[in-house]
Amino acid sequence: MTTRFTKDHEWVRLEGDIAVIGITQYATEQLGDVISVELPDVGKSFKKGDEIAVVDSVKTAAEVYAPVSGEVIEVNDGIEDAPQIVNDEPLAGGWFAKLKIADKGELDGLMDEAAYAKHIG
Amino acid sequence: MADTADLLKTPLYDLHVELGARMVEFAGYAMPVQYPAGIMAEHLHTRESAGLFDVSHMGQAHITGDEAALEALITADLSVLGAGEQKYTLLLNDEGGIMDDLMVSRPFGADGGIFAVVNAGTKGADFAHMRARFAGRASLTELADRALLALQGPAAAAVFTGLVPEAAKLVFMQCGVFTLDGVEVYASRSGYTGEDGFEISIPADKAVQIARLLLSDERVKPIGLGARDSLRLEAGLCLYGHDMDENRTPVEAALTWAIAKVRRERADFPGAAKILKQIADGPAQKRVGIKPHDKSPAREGAEIVHEGEVVGVVTSGGFGPSFGAPVAMGYVRSDLAKPGTPLELMVRGKARAAEVASLPFAPHRFYRG
Repeated sequence: MTTRFTKDHEWVRLEGDIAVIGITQYATEQLGDVISVELPDVGKSFKKGDEIAVVDSVKTAAEVYAPVSGEVIEVNDGIEDAPQIVNDEPLAGGWFAKLKIADKGELDGLMDEAAYAKHIG
Repeated sequence: MADTADLLKTPLYDLHVELGARMVEFAGYAMPVQYPAGIMAEHLHTRESAGLFDVSHMGQAHITGDEAALEALITADLSVLGAGEQKYTLLLNDEGGIMDDLMVSRPFGADGGIFAVVNAGTKGADFAHMRARFAGRASLTELADRALLALQGPAAAAVFTGLVPEAAKLVFMQCGVFTLDGVEVYASRSGYTGEDGFEISIPADKAVQIARLLLSDERVKPIGLGARDSLRLEAGLCLYGHDMDENRTPVEAALTWAIAKVRRERADFPGAAKILKQIADGPAQKRVGIKPHDKSPAREGAEIVHEGEVVGVVTSGGFGPSFGAPVAMGYVRSDLAKPGTPLELMVRGKARAAEVASLPFAPHRFYRG
């Protein structure tokens, strides 16, 4: 169960055929206190790189892009009600959505933890 | 951290870095946007206890000579500005557009001239304009060797008067010269948060000493520009260059109250003909508070729509930590300025429900004695 990262600070974790996605700790630190999250509709399909969600913090709004292509099968309603969870545990309880992944090969183009750590310097 | 190497620094720059601030560019200065606590916590701490803000980037000036030369450029009646008093006023261009908003005060006694505090981004233009229009009748000395701190919040008075007992006599919009930790400071009971508090002008070389002294009180925490912005927005206070600028008159900006009655009667302020006509007829657009019904804030630049027609624009918008929901200000067609009027805000291509709201979003808690 490895986690992969995009240069735009999303993460994706494969659980069988399901890709769980969210934003990284670094992203939440840059954004500051998250105050609302707009999540995609279940059943909607996204291509890798499509805007899939929007995060509003006290400071700014930021788009979240789909790190892989797939159909949304579940979203994390909990972070709509309590967006602070995204700051508190971005890689766990602060996940955004689960996608039925279309092509596992897309993961190969993403960074592993070591490469991402280097990316954010 | 943004590259702040080429920016101007206030005397407190090293202290901000030591306190872990994230430094950003603002009006040519490297300024702390937030400390490790974060904007939300800093905002709430200011409303609950006391926050210390470095506002040394703002322009400070001492104006002496014929005060009529200054009065001709602004909207205040300086004849009723007594010793130890402060007023909020507007610097207008010849068309009645707002060049800046500023504080004028008399901390140096009845004959000691005017102490003025203007915005950082406009100070160069303001002072050049004033000097040109004074044409030698009055003289302006920029006090570039002074820092400016704001201490704001319900605990500010206890903290400040604990160090400066004589300042306890000040009520909202009064000022004076005091000794703080052996340093001569100019202090006024005012601010930009809607809370009780003080603005304290300090010789630059003593600024770190005074800031550390104030921060040594456990009730006081350092607050960055991020929370300063959310605090002033909740308090319904305008940010120059956003909520008003040279293209807006005081009437449009809902700042008609800042034009002294006697100045209206004499019609002797810049752009008086246009502004008095707007007061009589009503302006085409007006600044209002806006409460989005959505959880997502509408930010500056979002279009305001009413019944399918664009009727204005958001000029400040964000989340109000004390209000507990998004808050905004903007300009709408004057017939839609009544609180409760339904509006829609265009955020990311989607129309979102909102309504005109009374300002402020967070009640003012000034100390009026």
